[in-house]
Amino acid sequence: MKILVAVKRVIDYNVKIRVKADHSDVDLTNVKMAMNPFCEIAVEEAVRLKERGIATEVVAVTIGPKAAQEQLRTALALGADRAIHVETEAPVESLAAAKVLAKVVEAEQPGLMILGKQAIDSDNNQVGQMLAALAGLPQATFASEVIIENGKAQVTREVDGGLQTVELSLPAIVTTDLRLNEPRYAKLPDIMKAKKKPLIVTTPAELGVEITSGVTLLKVEPPAERQAGIKVSSVDELVDKLKNEAKVL
Amino acid sequence: MSILILADHQDGQLSSATAQVVAAAQQVQASTGGEIHVLVAGEGVAAVAEAAARLDGVAKVRVADHAVYAHQLAEPLGALIHKLASDYTHVLAAASTTGKNVLPRVAALKDVSQLSEIISVESADTFKRPIYAGNAIATVKSDDALKVITVRGTAFDAAAVSSQGQGSASIEAVDFVADNAQSIFIKEELAQSDRPELGAAKVVVSGGRGMGNGENFRLLDGIADKLGAAIGASRAAVDAGFVPNDMQVGQTGKIVAPDLYIAVGISGAIQHLAGMKDSKVIVAINKDEEAPIFQIADYGLVADLFQALPELEQRLG
Ligand SMILES: Cc1cc2nc3c(=O)[nH]c(=O)nc-3n(C[C@H](O)[C@H](O)[C@H](O)COP(=O)(O)OP(=O)(O)OC[C@H]3O[C@@H](n4cnc5c(N)ncnc54)[C@H](O)[C@@H]3O)c2cc1C
Ligand SMILES: Nc1ncnc2c1ncn2[C@@H]1O[C@H](COP(=O)(O)O)[C@@H](O)[C@H]1O
Repeated sequence: MKILVAVKRVIDYNVKIRVKADHSDVDLTNVKMAMNPFCEIAVEEAVRLKERGIATEVVAVTIGPKAAQEQLRTALALGADRAIHVETEAPVESLAAAKVLAKVVEAEQPGLMILGKQAIDSDNNQVGQMLAALAGLPQATFASEVIIENGKAQVTREVDGGLQTVELSLPAIVTTDLRLNEPRYAKLPDIMKAKKKPLIVTTPAELGVEITSGVTLLKVEPPAERQAGIKVSSVDELVDKLKNEAKVL
Repeated sequence: MSILILADHQDGQLSSATAQVVAAAQQVQASTGGEIHVLVAGEGVAAVAEAAARLDGVAKVRVADHAVYAHQLAEPLGALIHKLASDYTHVLAAASTTGKNVLPRVAALKDVSQLSEIISVESADTFKRPIYAGNAIATVKSDDALKVITVRGTAFDAAAVSSQGQGSASIEAVDFVADNAQSIFIKEELAQSDRPELGAAKVVVSGGRGMGNGENFRLLDGIADKLGAAIGASRAAVDAGFVPNDMQVGQTGKIVAPDLYIAVGISGAIQHLAGMKDSKVIVAINKDEEAPIFQIADYGLVADLFQALPELEQRLG
Protein backbone atom coordinates (compact mmCIF):
# COMPACT_ATOMS: atom_id res chain seq x y z
CA MET A 1 0.00 0.00 0.00
CA LYS A 2 1.19 3.45 -0.88
CA ILE A 3 0.74 6.24 1.66
CA LEU A 4 0.63 9.89 0.70
CA VAL A 5 1.46 12.47 3.36
CA ALA A 6 0.74 16.20 3.05
CA VAL A 7 3.19 18.50 4.76
CA LYS A 8 2.97 22.25 5.12
CA ARG A 9 5.71 24.78 5.71
CA VAL A 10 4.65 27.07 8.54
CA ILE A 11 6.15 29.33 11.16
CA ASP A 12 8.02 27.40 13.87
CA TYR A 13 5.63 26.74 16.73
CA ASN A 14 7.94 28.39 19.26
CA VAL A 15 7.88 31.74 17.51
CA LYS A 16 5.49 34.40 18.68
CA ILE A 17 4.42 36.28 15.57
CA ARG A 18 4.03 40.00 15.14
CA VAL A 19 1.42 41.87 13.17
CA LYS A 20 2.70 44.27 10.49
CA ALA A 21 2.43 47.94 11.42
CA ASP A 22 0.02 48.60 8.54
CA HIS A 23 -2.23 45.75 9.72
CA SER A 24 -2.12 44.12 6.30
CA ASP A 25 -0.91 40.73 7.58
CA VAL A 26 1.46 39.08 10.03
CA ASP A 27 5.14 39.78 9.57
CA LEU A 28 7.04 36.68 8.46
CA THR A 29 10.32 38.31 7.46
CA ASN A 30 13.28 36.49 9.01
CA VAL A 31 10.99 34.25 11.01
CA LYS A 32 12.05 30.66 11.61
CA MET A 33 9.98 28.25 9.50
CA ALA A 34 9.41 24.54 10.03
CA MET A 35 7.18 21.63 9.18
CA ASN A 36 3.72 22.00 10.72
CA PRO A 37 3.83 19.86 13.91
CA PHE A 38 0.72 17.90 12.95
CA CYS A 39 2.38 17.06 9.61
CA GLU A 40 5.42 15.70 11.46
CA ILE A 41 3.03 13.36 13.24
CA ALA A 42 1.54 12.40 9.86
CA VAL A 43 4.97 11.58 8.40
CA GLU A 44 5.88 9.59 11.50
CA GLU A 45 2.71 7.52 11.29
CA ALA A 46 3.27 6.73 7.61
CA VAL A 47 6.88 5.75 8.24
CA ARG A 48 5.86 3.49 11.13
CA LEU A 49 3.28 1.79 8.90
CA LYS A 50 6.05 1.17 6.42
CA GLU A 51 8.39 -0.16 9.10
CA ARG A 52 5.65 -2.58 10.14
CA GLY A 53 5.38 -3.83 6.59
CA ILE A 54 1.91 -2.42 6.07
CA ALA A 55 2.92 0.36 3.72
CA THR A 56 5.25 -0.20 0.80
CA GLU A 57 5.97 3.40 -0.11
CA VAL A 58 5.62 6.78 1.58
CA VAL A 59 5.27 9.85 -0.64
CA ALA A 60 5.39 13.37 0.84
CA VAL A 61 3.70 16.25 -0.93
CA THR A 62 3.67 19.98 -0.32
CA ILE A 63 2.14 22.97 -2.04
CA GLY A 64 4.05 26.19 -1.60
CA PRO A 65 7.05 28.33 -2.51
CA LYS A 66 10.46 26.98 -3.47
CA ALA A 67 11.61 27.11 0.15
CA ALA A 68 8.97 24.52 1.07
CA GLN A 69 11.34 21.94 -0.41
CA GLU A 70 13.17 22.16 2.93
CA GLN A 71 10.15 20.55 4.59
CA LEU A 72 10.00 17.87 1.89
CA ARG A 73 13.68 17.11 2.55
CA THR A 74 12.83 16.83 6.24
CA ALA A 75 10.06 14.36 5.41
CA LEU A 76 12.54 12.38 3.28
CA ALA A 77 15.05 12.38 6.13
CA LEU A 78 12.35 11.07 8.47
CA GLY A 79 11.74 8.13 6.16
CA ALA A 80 9.57 9.16 3.22
CA ASP A 81 10.70 7.54 -0.05
CA ARG A 82 10.04 10.36 -2.48
CA ALA A 83 8.52 13.80 -2.60
CA ILE A 84 6.30 15.95 -4.79
CA HIS A 85 6.57 19.71 -4.72
CA VAL A 86 3.63 21.60 -6.18
CA GLU A 87 5.31 24.95 -6.56
CA THR A 88 3.45 28.23 -6.28
CA GLU A 89 4.28 31.60 -4.80
CA ALA A 90 0.58 32.43 -4.41
CA PRO A 91 -1.05 32.10 -1.00
CA VAL A 92 -2.88 28.79 -0.96
CA GLU A 93 -6.25 28.66 0.81
CA SER A 94 -7.54 25.38 2.19
CA LEU A 95 -9.95 24.70 -0.68
CA ALA A 96 -7.22 25.30 -3.28
CA ALA A 97 -4.84 23.05 -1.34
CA ALA A 98 -7.50 20.34 -1.20
CA LYS A 99 -8.09 20.64 -4.96
CA VAL A 100 -4.38 20.25 -5.69
CA LEU A 101 -4.11 17.30 -3.30
CA ALA A 102 -7.16 15.68 -4.92
CA LYS A 103 -5.29 15.77 -8.25
CA VAL A 104 -2.24 14.22 -6.64
CA VAL A 105 -4.42 11.51 -5.10
CA GLU A 106 -5.93 10.85 -8.52
CA ALA A 107 -2.50 10.48 -10.09
CA GLU A 108 -0.83 8.51 -7.30
CA GLN A 109 -3.77 6.33 -6.20
CA PRO A 110 -2.60 5.89 -2.59
CA GLY A 111 -4.26 3.40 -0.25
CA LEU A 112 -4.15 5.95 2.55
CA MET A 113 -3.50 9.66 2.78
CA ILE A 114 -2.45 11.25 6.07
CA LEU A 115 -2.60 14.98 6.78
CA GLY A 116 -2.26 17.11 9.88
CA LYS A 117 -5.53 18.06 11.56
CA GLN A 118 -4.63 21.72 11.53
CA ALA A 119 -1.99 24.05 10.20
CA ILE A 120 -0.77 26.20 13.10
CA ASP A 121 -0.61 29.36 10.97
CA SER A 122 -4.17 29.62 9.64
CA ASP A 123 -5.57 27.32 12.35
CA ASN A 124 -8.05 26.26 9.66
CA ASN A 125 -8.55 22.55 10.29
CA GLN A 126 -10.12 22.01 6.87
CA VAL A 127 -7.92 20.51 4.17
CA GLY A 128 -8.24 16.82 5.08
CA GLN A 129 -12.02 17.02 5.24
CA MET A 130 -12.21 19.00 1.98
CA LEU A 131 -9.91 16.56 0.24
CA ALA A 132 -12.01 13.63 1.43
CA ALA A 133 -15.14 15.26 0.02
CA LEU A 134 -13.52 16.14 -3.31
CA ALA A 135 -11.95 12.71 -3.74
CA GLY A 136 -15.14 10.97 -2.62
CA LEU A 137 -13.27 9.19 0.17
CA PRO A 138 -14.13 8.46 3.80
CA GLN A 139 -12.34 10.41 6.51
CA ALA A 140 -11.20 10.05 10.08
CA THR A 141 -10.09 13.34 11.56
CA PHE A 142 -8.20 13.95 14.85
CA ALA A 143 -6.73 10.44 14.93
CA SER A 144 -5.01 9.11 18.04
CA GLU A 145 -4.69 5.54 16.76
CA VAL A 146 -4.68 4.02 13.27
CA ILE A 147 -4.93 0.28 12.68
CA ILE A 148 -4.83 -1.07 9.12
CA GLU A 149 -6.31 -4.57 8.87
CA ASN A 150 -8.22 -6.62 6.30
CA GLY A 151 -8.23 -3.78 3.82
CA LYS A 152 -9.83 -1.37 6.29
CA ALA A 153 -8.62 1.39 8.56
CA GLN A 154 -9.80 1.40 12.15
CA VAL A 155 -9.22 4.84 13.54
CA THR A 156 -9.68 6.18 17.06
CA ARG A 157 -10.55 9.86 17.07
CA GLU A 158 -10.17 12.49 19.79
CA VAL A 159 -13.63 14.07 20.05
CA ASP A 160 -15.07 16.61 22.49
CA GLY A 161 -16.64 13.97 24.70
CA GLY A 162 -13.73 11.53 24.71
CA LEU A 163 -12.76 8.98 22.06
CA GLN A 164 -14.64 7.60 19.07
CA THR A 165 -13.57 4.67 16.91
CA VAL A 166 -14.67 4.38 13.28
CA GLU A 167 -13.85 1.93 10.51
CA LEU A 168 -13.20 3.19 7.01
CA SER A 169 -12.95 1.41 3.71
CA LEU A 170 -9.68 2.09 1.90
CA PRO A 171 -8.55 4.32 0.33
CA ALA A 172 -9.24 6.82 3.09
CA ILE A 173 -8.15 10.16 4.49
CA VAL A 174 -6.82 10.44 8.05
CA THR A 175 -5.85 13.62 9.91
CA THR A 176 -3.55 13.46 12.92
CA ASP A 177 -4.04 14.61 16.49
CA LEU A 178 -1.27 15.17 19.04
CA ARG A 179 -1.46 11.76 20.70
CA LEU A 180 -1.12 9.66 17.54
CA ASN A 181 2.63 9.26 18.02
CA GLU A 182 5.76 11.07 19.04
CA PRO A 183 7.74 11.99 15.93
CA ARG A 184 11.39 10.98 15.77
CA TYR A 185 14.24 13.36 15.07
CA ALA A 186 16.07 13.04 11.78
CA LYS A 187 19.59 11.66 12.18
CA LEU A 188 22.48 13.21 10.31
CA PRO A 189 23.11 10.21 7.99
CA ASP A 190 19.41 10.23 7.10
CA ILE A 191 19.55 13.94 6.36
CA MET A 192 22.46 13.22 3.99
CA LYS A 193 20.62 10.34 2.36
CA ALA A 194 17.50 12.46 1.95
CA LYS A 195 19.38 14.75 -0.41
CA LYS A 196 19.58 11.93 -2.93
CA LYS A 197 15.97 10.81 -2.69
CA PRO A 198 13.74 11.74 -5.65
CA LEU A 199 11.87 15.04 -5.43
CA ILE A 200 9.81 16.11 -8.40
CA VAL A 201 8.50 19.60 -8.97
CA THR A 202 5.21 20.38 -10.64
CA THR A 203 2.78 23.30 -10.55
CA PRO A 204 -0.92 23.75 -9.84
CA ALA A 205 -1.39 24.65 -13.53
CA GLU A 206 0.26 21.40 -14.66
CA LEU A 207 -2.17 19.56 -12.42
CA GLY A 208 -5.04 21.55 -13.90
CA VAL A 209 -5.87 23.54 -10.78
CA GLU A 210 -6.22 27.28 -10.65
CA ILE A 211 -5.25 28.75 -7.26
CA THR A 212 -8.17 31.00 -6.36
CA SER A 213 -9.64 32.11 -3.07
CA GLY A 214 -13.15 32.86 -1.91
CA VAL A 215 -11.86 34.85 1.04
CA THR A 216 -10.39 38.35 1.11
CA LEU A 217 -8.14 39.26 4.01
CA LEU A 218 -9.16 42.79 4.98
CA LYS A 219 -7.12 43.36 8.09
CA VAL A 220 -4.90 41.66 10.65
CA GLU A 221 -4.72 43.10 14.14
CA PRO A 222 -2.93 42.13 17.32
CA PRO A 223 -5.29 40.64 19.91
CA ALA A 224 -6.45 42.71 22.87
CA GLU A 225 -3.62 42.77 25.39
CA ARG A 226 -4.42 41.70 28.93
CA GLN A 227 -3.56 44.19 31.64
CA ALA A 228 -0.66 42.94 33.70
CA GLY A 229 -1.90 41.65 37.04
CA ILE A 230 -0.38 41.43 40.47
CA LYS A 231 1.38 38.81 42.55
CA VAL A 232 -0.28 37.82 45.78
CA SER A 233 1.80 36.59 48.67
CA SER A 234 -0.49 33.98 50.17
CA VAL A 235 -3.55 31.83 49.58
CA ASP A 236 -5.41 34.08 52.04
CA GLU A 237 -4.64 37.16 50.01
CA LEU A 238 -5.65 35.35 46.82
CA VAL A 239 -9.03 34.35 48.21
CA ASP A 240 -9.56 37.85 49.57
CA LYS A 241 -8.82 39.43 46.17
CA LEU A 242 -11.06 37.00 44.34
CA LYS A 243 -13.90 37.72 46.75
CA ASN A 244 -13.60 41.43 47.29
CA GLU A 245 -11.76 42.85 44.29
CA ALA A 246 -12.54 40.56 41.34
CA LYS A 247 -15.83 39.48 42.90
CA VAL A 248 -15.75 36.08 41.23
CA LEU A 249 -16.22 34.00 44.37
CA MET B 1 -32.90 33.28 1.97
CA SER B 2 -32.24 31.84 5.38
CA ILE B 3 -29.44 30.69 7.65
CA LEU B 4 -28.96 27.02 8.51
CA ILE B 5 -27.34 25.96 11.77
CA LEU B 6 -26.16 22.43 12.43
CA ALA B 7 -27.23 21.56 15.97
CA ASP B 8 -24.48 20.21 18.15
CA HIS B 9 -25.67 17.45 20.45
CA GLN B 10 -24.42 14.51 22.46
CA ASP B 11 -26.23 11.81 24.40
CA GLY B 12 -29.63 13.23 23.53
CA GLN B 13 -28.71 16.70 24.84
CA LEU B 14 -28.42 19.86 22.80
CA SER B 15 -24.99 21.30 23.61
CA SER B 16 -24.74 24.81 24.99
CA ALA B 17 -22.66 25.83 21.97
CA THR B 18 -25.71 25.65 19.71
CA ALA B 19 -27.39 28.56 21.51
CA GLN B 20 -24.20 30.56 21.03
CA VAL B 21 -24.19 29.79 17.30
CA VAL B 22 -27.81 30.97 17.15
CA ALA B 23 -26.65 34.24 18.72
CA ALA B 24 -24.02 34.62 15.97
CA ALA B 25 -26.68 33.83 13.37
CA GLN B 26 -28.94 36.54 14.80
CA GLN B 27 -26.17 39.06 14.14
CA VAL B 28 -25.93 37.87 10.53
CA GLN B 29 -29.71 37.98 10.28
CA ALA B 30 -29.65 41.63 11.29
CA SER B 31 -28.32 42.38 7.80
CA THR B 32 -29.75 39.55 5.70
CA GLY B 33 -33.23 39.41 7.20
CA GLY B 34 -33.64 35.69 6.50
CA GLU B 35 -34.95 33.09 8.91
CA ILE B 36 -32.80 30.96 11.20
CA HIS B 37 -33.28 27.22 10.79
CA VAL B 38 -31.64 24.55 12.89
CA LEU B 39 -30.83 21.12 11.51
CA VAL B 40 -30.88 18.29 14.01
CA ALA B 41 -29.37 15.12 12.56
CA GLY B 42 -29.06 11.88 14.47
CA GLU B 43 -31.06 8.90 15.60
CA GLY B 44 -33.75 9.29 18.25
CA VAL B 45 -33.26 13.05 18.43
CA ALA B 46 -36.81 14.27 19.06
CA ALA B 47 -35.86 15.75 22.43
CA VAL B 48 -32.90 17.57 20.88
CA ALA B 49 -35.20 19.02 18.23
CA GLU B 50 -37.60 20.25 20.90
CA ALA B 51 -34.76 21.88 22.81
CA ALA B 52 -33.59 23.59 19.61
CA ALA B 53 -37.13 24.83 18.91
CA ARG B 54 -37.14 26.63 22.25
CA LEU B 55 -34.14 28.79 21.35
CA ASP B 56 -35.04 32.42 20.74
CA GLY B 57 -34.66 33.46 17.14
CA VAL B 58 -35.08 30.02 15.64
CA ALA B 59 -37.94 29.90 13.11
CA LYS B 60 -37.77 26.28 12.08
CA VAL B 61 -36.11 23.06 13.20
CA ARG B 62 -35.45 20.46 10.52
CA VAL B 63 -34.97 16.97 11.84
CA ALA B 64 -33.17 14.17 10.01
CA ASP B 65 -33.81 11.25 12.34
CA HIS B 66 -32.34 8.09 10.89
CA ALA B 67 -29.86 5.36 11.79
CA VAL B 68 -27.48 6.60 9.08
CA TYR B 69 -27.01 9.84 11.05
CA ALA B 70 -26.43 8.14 14.39
CA HIS B 71 -23.00 9.15 15.72
CA GLN B 72 -23.00 11.96 13.14
CA LEU B 73 -20.38 10.43 10.89
CA ALA B 74 -18.92 12.99 8.50
CA GLU B 75 -19.81 11.28 5.22
CA PRO B 76 -23.61 11.02 5.57
CA LEU B 77 -23.88 14.24 7.58
CA GLY B 78 -21.89 16.12 4.95
CA ALA B 79 -24.10 14.73 2.19
CA LEU B 80 -27.23 15.74 4.11
CA ILE B 81 -26.15 19.34 4.68
CA HIS B 82 -24.91 19.58 1.11
CA LYS B 83 -28.37 18.50 -0.04
CA LEU B 84 -30.10 21.17 2.09
CA ALA B 85 -27.58 23.98 1.61
CA SER B 86 -28.99 25.39 -1.63
CA ASP B 87 -31.87 26.96 0.32
CA TYR B 88 -29.51 29.03 2.46
CA THR B 89 -27.08 31.97 2.39
CA HIS B 90 -25.14 30.74 5.43
CA VAL B 91 -24.43 27.35 6.95
CA LEU B 92 -23.14 27.64 10.53
CA ALA B 93 -21.99 25.12 13.10
CA ALA B 94 -20.24 25.24 16.44
CA ALA B 95 -16.46 24.80 16.22
CA SER B 96 -16.90 21.50 18.05
CA THR B 97 -15.25 18.31 16.88
CA THR B 98 -18.47 17.51 15.00
CA GLY B 99 -18.69 20.92 13.33
CA LYS B 100 -15.02 20.87 12.41
CA ASN B 101 -15.34 17.35 11.06
CA VAL B 102 -18.22 17.98 8.72
CA LEU B 103 -18.42 21.61 7.62
CA PRO B 104 -15.28 21.60 5.46
CA ARG B 105 -16.81 18.67 3.55
CA VAL B 106 -19.92 20.72 2.89
CA ALA B 107 -17.85 23.69 1.73
CA ALA B 108 -15.79 21.53 -0.64
CA LEU B 109 -18.91 19.87 -2.08
CA LYS B 110 -20.35 23.34 -2.71
CA ASP B 111 -17.00 24.55 -4.11
CA VAL B 112 -16.75 27.39 -1.58
CA SER B 113 -14.24 28.33 1.12
CA GLN B 114 -14.95 27.77 4.78
CA LEU B 115 -14.27 30.19 7.63
CA SER B 116 -13.13 28.50 10.84
CA GLU B 117 -13.93 29.61 14.39
CA ILE B 118 -15.23 33.12 13.86
CA ILE B 119 -15.27 35.28 16.99
CA SER B 120 -17.27 38.20 15.65
CA VAL B 121 -19.78 39.06 12.97
CA GLU B 122 -18.96 42.38 11.28
CA SER B 123 -21.62 42.04 8.58
CA ALA B 124 -23.31 39.27 6.61
CA ASP B 125 -20.07 38.54 4.74
CA THR B 126 -17.31 39.85 7.01
CA PHE B 127 -16.09 38.16 10.16
CA LYS B 128 -13.17 38.13 12.59
CA ARG B 129 -11.25 35.02 13.44
CA PRO B 130 -8.07 34.27 15.38
CA ILE B 131 -5.02 32.96 13.53
CA TYR B 132 -1.54 31.90 14.73
CA ALA B 133 -2.83 30.57 18.05
CA GLY B 134 -4.75 33.75 18.67
CA ASN B 135 -1.68 35.97 18.34
CA ALA B 136 -3.40 37.80 15.52
CA ILE B 137 -7.01 38.51 14.69
CA ALA B 138 -7.89 38.47 11.01
CA THR B 139 -10.86 40.29 9.51
CA VAL B 140 -11.95 38.26 6.52
CA LYS B 141 -14.61 38.77 3.88
CA SER B 142 -16.22 35.83 2.18
CA ASP B 143 -16.81 36.37 -1.52
CA ASP B 144 -18.73 33.13 -1.99
CA ALA B 145 -22.49 33.04 -2.51
CA LEU B 146 -22.79 30.47 0.26
CA LYS B 147 -20.95 31.15 3.50
CA VAL B 148 -19.88 28.06 5.42
CA ILE B 149 -18.68 28.98 8.89
CA THR B 150 -17.78 27.43 12.23
CA VAL B 151 -18.36 29.60 15.28
CA ARG B 152 -16.33 29.82 18.48
CA GLY B 153 -19.11 29.54 21.04
CA THR B 154 -17.34 31.33 23.87
CA ALA B 155 -17.20 34.51 21.78
CA PHE B 156 -21.00 34.88 21.71
CA ASP B 157 -23.60 35.21 24.46
CA ALA B 158 -26.03 32.33 24.12
CA ALA B 159 -29.47 33.00 22.65
CA ALA B 160 -32.15 32.85 25.32
CA VAL B 161 -34.35 29.82 25.82
CA SER B 162 -38.06 30.58 25.68
CA SER B 163 -39.55 30.16 29.12
CA GLN B 164 -42.95 28.69 28.33
CA GLY B 165 -41.39 25.28 27.87
CA GLN B 166 -42.87 25.36 24.39
CA GLY B 167 -40.85 26.76 21.50
CA SER B 168 -42.31 28.92 18.81
CA ALA B 169 -40.28 27.26 16.06
CA SER B 170 -41.94 24.69 13.86
CA ILE B 171 -40.42 21.24 13.72
CA GLU B 172 -40.34 19.51 10.38
CA ALA B 173 -38.88 16.20 9.24
CA VAL B 174 -36.25 15.92 6.52
CA ASP B 175 -36.66 12.64 4.71
CA PHE B 176 -33.38 12.59 2.79
CA VAL B 177 -31.36 9.53 3.74
CA ALA B 178 -27.73 9.67 2.66
CA ASP B 179 -26.12 6.40 1.75
CA ASN B 180 -22.86 5.58 3.36
CA ALA B 181 -20.90 2.51 2.43
CA GLN B 182 -17.56 4.01 3.42
CA SER B 183 -17.50 4.44 7.17
CA ILE B 184 -18.99 2.66 10.15
CA PHE B 185 -19.14 3.54 13.80
CA ILE B 186 -17.35 1.01 16.01
CA LYS B 187 -17.38 2.39 19.52
CA GLU B 188 -17.22 5.42 21.74
CA GLU B 189 -15.53 5.94 25.09
CA LEU B 190 -17.05 9.07 26.51
CA ALA B 191 -15.78 10.68 29.65
CA GLN B 192 -18.34 10.49 32.45
CA SER B 193 -18.39 13.50 34.69
CA ASP B 194 -20.85 15.32 36.91
CA ARG B 195 -18.97 18.51 36.35
CA PRO B 196 -20.08 21.23 33.90
CA GLU B 197 -18.90 21.13 30.28
CA LEU B 198 -15.52 22.84 29.89
CA GLY B 199 -16.77 25.24 27.24
CA ALA B 200 -19.78 26.28 29.33
CA ALA B 201 -18.39 26.35 32.89
CA LYS B 202 -18.27 29.64 34.81
CA VAL B 203 -15.12 28.48 36.58
CA VAL B 204 -12.35 26.27 35.19
CA VAL B 205 -9.49 24.83 37.22
CA SER B 206 -6.71 23.37 35.07
CA GLY B 207 -3.65 21.35 35.94
CA GLY B 208 -0.42 21.02 34.01
CA ARG B 209 2.73 18.95 34.05
CA GLY B 210 3.48 20.40 37.47
CA MET B 211 0.72 18.19 38.90
CA GLY B 212 3.24 15.35 38.60
CA ASN B 213 0.80 12.50 37.98
CA GLY B 214 -2.85 11.63 37.48
CA GLU B 215 -3.45 10.85 41.16
CA ASN B 216 -2.50 14.39 42.10
CA PHE B 217 -5.26 15.78 39.88
CA ARG B 218 -7.53 14.83 42.78
CA LEU B 219 -6.09 17.87 44.56
CA LEU B 220 -8.16 19.90 42.09
CA ASP B 221 -11.38 17.99 42.78
CA GLY B 222 -12.19 19.54 46.14
CA ILE B 223 -11.61 23.03 44.78
CA ALA B 224 -13.67 22.32 41.67
CA ASP B 225 -16.48 20.92 43.86
CA LYS B 226 -16.58 24.07 45.93
CA LEU B 227 -16.54 26.36 42.90
CA GLY B 228 -18.82 24.31 40.65
CA ALA B 229 -15.92 24.27 38.24
CA ALA B 230 -14.93 22.17 35.26
CA ILE B 231 -11.45 20.67 35.30
CA GLY B 232 -9.10 21.24 32.40
CA ALA B 233 -5.49 20.40 31.60
CA SER B 234 -2.51 21.41 29.53
CA ARG B 235 -1.31 19.31 26.64
CA ALA B 236 1.67 18.16 28.68
CA ALA B 237 -0.66 16.73 31.35
CA VAL B 238 -2.69 14.90 28.70
CA ASP B 239 0.35 13.62 26.80
CA ALA B 240 1.80 12.31 30.06
CA GLY B 241 -1.40 10.34 30.57
CA PHE B 242 -2.43 12.18 33.77
CA VAL B 243 -5.89 12.89 32.34
CA PRO B 244 -7.86 12.11 29.15
CA ASN B 245 -7.66 14.10 25.92
CA ASP B 246 -11.06 15.73 26.25
CA MET B 247 -9.67 17.88 29.08
CA GLN B 248 -7.02 19.63 26.97
CA VAL B 249 -7.41 23.39 26.82
CA GLY B 250 -5.60 25.29 24.09
CA GLN B 251 -4.99 26.15 20.47
CA THR B 252 -5.62 22.59 19.42
CA GLY B 253 -7.84 21.56 22.32
CA LYS B 254 -10.85 23.22 23.88
CA ILE B 255 -11.43 26.94 24.04
CA VAL B 256 -12.72 28.26 27.34
CA ALA B 257 -13.62 31.76 28.53
CA PRO B 258 -14.99 31.38 32.06
CA ASP B 259 -15.39 34.12 34.67
CA LEU B 260 -12.52 32.53 36.58
CA TYR B 261 -9.68 30.36 35.25
CA ILE B 262 -7.20 28.89 37.70
CA ALA B 263 -4.01 27.52 36.09
CA VAL B 264 -2.06 25.23 38.38
CA GLY B 265 1.42 23.96 37.48
CA ILE B 266 1.04 25.28 33.93
CA SER B 267 3.90 27.30 32.42
CA GLY B 268 1.80 29.32 29.98
CA ALA B 269 2.94 28.29 26.49
CA ILE B 270 1.26 30.28 23.69
CA GLN B 271 -0.65 27.17 22.64
CA HIS B 272 -2.19 26.92 26.09
CA LEU B 273 -2.92 30.65 26.35
CA ALA B 274 -4.75 30.46 23.01
CA GLY B 275 -7.40 28.38 24.72
CA MET B 276 -7.98 30.43 27.88
CA LYS B 277 -6.75 33.99 27.61
CA ASP B 278 -10.24 35.37 27.06
CA SER B 279 -11.21 34.29 30.58
CA LYS B 280 -12.42 37.23 32.68
CA VAL B 281 -10.15 36.63 35.67
CA ILE B 282 -7.04 34.45 35.47
CA VAL B 283 -5.25 33.03 38.49
CA ALA B 284 -1.91 31.24 38.19
CA ILE B 285 -0.29 29.06 40.81
CA ASN B 286 3.26 28.14 39.88
CA LYS B 287 6.47 27.69 41.83
CA ASP B 288 8.56 29.39 39.14
CA GLU B 289 8.12 33.14 39.40
CA GLU B 290 9.44 33.53 35.85
CA ALA B 291 6.73 31.30 34.35
CA PRO B 292 5.14 33.12 31.37
CA ILE B 293 1.65 32.39 32.72
CA PHE B 294 2.22 35.20 35.23
CA GLN B 295 2.39 37.71 32.37
CA ILE B 296 -1.30 37.23 31.68
CA ALA B 297 -2.56 36.30 35.14
CA ASP B 298 -4.59 38.86 37.09
CA TYR B 299 -3.51 37.19 40.31
CA GLY B 300 -0.31 35.19 40.50
CA LEU B 301 0.71 33.08 43.44
CA VAL B 302 4.31 31.87 43.46
CA ALA B 303 4.01 28.71 45.50
CA ASP B 304 4.37 24.96 45.52
CA LEU B 305 1.02 23.66 44.39
CA PHE B 306 1.16 20.76 46.83
CA GLN B 307 1.00 23.30 49.64
CA ALA B 308 -1.21 25.89 48.00
CA LEU B 309 -3.99 23.59 46.78
CA PRO B 310 -4.99 22.03 50.13
CA GLU B 311 -4.85 25.48 51.68
CA LEU B 312 -7.01 26.95 48.94
CA GLU B 313 -9.55 24.19 49.28
CA GLN B 314 -9.77 24.85 52.98
CA ARG B 315 -10.08 28.64 52.61
CA LEU B 316 -12.90 28.25 50.13
CA GLY B 317 -14.87 27.02 53.10
C1 LIG C 1 1.14 21.78 17.57
C2 LIG C 1 1.08 22.02 19.03
C3 LIG C 1 -0.15 22.15 19.63
C4 LIG C 1 -0.25 22.34 21.00
N1 LIG C 1 -1.47 22.49 21.54
C5 LIG C 1 -1.58 22.71 22.87
C6 LIG C 1 -2.85 22.90 23.49
O1 LIG C 1 -3.90 22.87 22.84
N2 LIG C 1 -2.89 23.08 24.83
C7 LIG C 1 -1.76 23.11 25.61
O2 LIG C 1 -1.86 23.27 26.83
N3 LIG C 1 -0.55 22.95 25.03
C8 LIG C 1 -0.44 22.74 23.69
N4 LIG C 1 0.81 22.54 23.16
C9 LIG C 1 1.96 22.34 24.06
C10 LIG C 1 2.58 23.62 24.60
O3 LIG C 1 3.53 24.11 23.67
C11 LIG C 1 3.30 23.31 25.93
O4 LIG C 1 4.25 22.29 25.72
C12 LIG C 1 2.36 22.84 27.04
O5 LIG C 1 1.26 23.74 27.14
C13 LIG C 1 3.12 22.78 28.36
O6 LIG C 1 2.28 22.25 29.37
P1 LIG C 1 2.59 22.60 30.90
O7 LIG C 1 2.53 24.06 31.08
O8 LIG C 1 1.67 21.76 31.72
O9 LIG C 1 4.03 22.01 31.12
P2 LIG C 1 5.41 22.75 31.37
O10 LIG C 1 5.68 23.75 30.34
O11 LIG C 1 6.40 21.67 31.62
O12 LIG C 1 5.15 23.54 32.73
C14 LIG C 1 4.97 22.96 33.97
C15 LIG C 1 4.90 24.09 34.99
O13 LIG C 1 4.61 23.55 36.27
C16 LIG C 1 5.36 24.26 37.24
N5 LIG C 1 5.50 23.39 38.41
C17 LIG C 1 6.16 22.20 38.48
N6 LIG C 1 6.05 21.68 39.72
C18 LIG C 1 5.32 22.56 40.45
C19 LIG C 1 4.88 22.57 41.81
N7 LIG C 1 5.15 21.58 42.65
N8 LIG C 1 4.13 23.63 42.23
C20 LIG C 1 3.84 24.66 41.37
N9 LIG C 1 4.24 24.68 40.08
C21 LIG C 1 4.96 23.64 39.62
C22 LIG C 1 6.67 24.58 36.56
O14 LIG C 1 7.28 25.70 37.18
C23 LIG C 1 6.22 24.85 35.13
O15 LIG C 1 5.97 26.23 34.91
C24 LIG C 1 0.92 22.38 21.79
C25 LIG C 1 2.17 22.26 21.18
C26 LIG C 1 2.25 22.07 19.82
C27 LIG C 1 3.59 21.96 19.18
N1 LIG D 1 0.01 24.10 1.30
C1 LIG D 1 -0.10 22.85 1.76
N2 LIG D 1 0.70 21.86 1.30
C2 LIG D 1 0.60 20.59 1.76
N3 LIG D 1 -0.27 20.22 2.69
C3 LIG D 1 -1.09 21.15 3.20
C4 LIG D 1 -1.06 22.51 2.77
N4 LIG D 1 -1.99 23.18 3.48
C5 LIG D 1 -2.56 22.30 4.33
N5 LIG D 1 -2.03 21.07 4.14
C6 LIG D 1 -2.36 19.83 4.88
O1 LIG D 1 -3.61 19.98 5.53
C7 LIG D 1 -3.45 19.93 6.95
C8 LIG D 1 -4.47 20.82 7.61
O2 LIG D 1 -4.31 22.15 7.20
P1 LIG D 1 -5.43 23.28 7.40
O3 LIG D 1 -6.73 22.67 7.02
O4 LIG D 1 -5.01 24.40 6.50
O5 LIG D 1 -5.39 23.66 8.84
C9 LIG D 1 -1.99 20.27 7.18
O6 LIG D 1 -1.53 19.72 8.39
C10 LIG D 1 -1.34 19.57 5.98
O7 LIG D 1 -1.24 18.17 6.18
